[in-house]
Amino acid sequence: MARGHHDVGGLPGAGPIDQTEHQLSDWEILADAVNQALGAKGIKRTDEMRRAREEMDSAAYRDMTYYERWIASIEAILIEKNILTKEEIDRKLREFDAKWGEP
Amino acid sequence: MGRTLNAEVGKLKPGDRVTVKFEDRPGHLRTPWYIRGKTGWIERVHGEFLNPESLAYGRDGLPKKTLYLVAFNQSDIWGRTSNADKLLVDIYEHWLDPASN
Amino acid sequence: MTTATTEHGHDHPKHELSHCARRIYAIRDLLLEKSVITEKDIRCQIEYQEARSPANGAKLVARAWVDPAFKERFMADPKAVCAEMGIDASAINEFVVLENTERVRHMVVCTLCSCYPRPILGRPPDWYKSFNYRQRSVVDPRGVMREFGLDLPDDVEVRVHDSTADMRYLVLPVRPAGTEGWSEADLAKLVTRDSMIGVMDPLPAISE
Repeated sequence: MARGHHDVGGLPGAGPIDQTEHQLSDWEILADAVNQALGAKGIKRTDEMRRAREEMDSAAYRDMTYYERWIASIEAILIEKNILTKEEIDRKLREFDAKWGEP
Repeated sequence: MGRTLNAEVGKLKPGDRVTVKFEDRPGHLRTPWYIRGKTGWIERVHGEFLNPESLAYGRDGLPKKTLYLVAFNQSDIWGRTSNADKLLVDIYEHWLDPASN
Repeated sequence: MTTATTEHGHDHPKHELSHCARRIYAIRDLLLEKSVITEKDIRCQIEYQEARSPANGAKLVARAWVDPAFKERFMADPKAVCAEMGIDASAINEFVVLENTERVRHMVVCTLCSCYPRPILGRPPDWYKSFNYRQRSVVDPRGVMREFGLDLPDDVEVRVHDSTADMRYLVLPVRPAGTEGWSEADLAKLVTRDSMIGVMDPLPAISE
């Protein structure tokens, strides 16, 4: 076993604190709200979401932005709980591609 | 030290010296790596809470665990500073052993 | 970013969004279709979050500065006192107020993720969630404070709290000198979000 990629207290190599703040995009506000709504309905617990982020691919954990990690963990937990499937989500995304063009 | 003393861990009170277990196992662990194996003291008894290690896997989090605010001298953790600065971490009872000294 | 509404009245992303960002729209649509959550649930959460800001904390701190009995009650039972002041802190499991003094300063971090007293202060700033803050605050709090403009002498004790569990911490900063007789409203203006996290002191009183 080894230290989890989330367990970063005291790790060397940290630089200055970047104090710039960004206005949340619509998708980030939505990610936040969906996460909270799922919690309020008792569908998932914060502990499960944290665990999902700890289980992510470590490179993705460092490279993704904060809300991208949230979206990844929301998806992982919903799939784990058989509420959604990856296929359904992928299919829905292909519908978006068809309507709006690929990213 | 060990099992007998651990049985008394629910009775930890402010001032008691404790050592954080150095465990390395899979699961959702909320005891940071940097504090494992370090010795400090109980600052406050926060009360009983559901166990996040169980909740993280969709289980019910029972039995509840006592959560403690444990204080450490920064100098004891990193060995670098000589001032009186402290580091305080919320740690569950099953991660603490009474300190042997 | 501009979006377009469909016949359902939802916003849908344009193709400029990253793949990951688009996934939340897909997830949202599916959850609505399956009635797992409703549009009202989502809207309520957005409104709940918008209503939370550092102004809540500043109000509590300013009152604690002027009213010693209030401060005592605030330190003893912060959730109850929040309810009195019309601040809904019910989503916090447990809440502890850390009082700064001339001899002691507190600083709060969550090294393992980004735990923060959101029901009081709203969303945490990006820097609080950053790897640099999470890595450095426990080992070099004075260096972090210096970056925020706070340079403390060695005879002031720095106490860093790592929020690893259900406790949420709010720093009660030291009342700035030269504010005797100030109104709560004016005092609250000196209480910055960052002073309630503990990386800096409140703003100084500047005489006109």
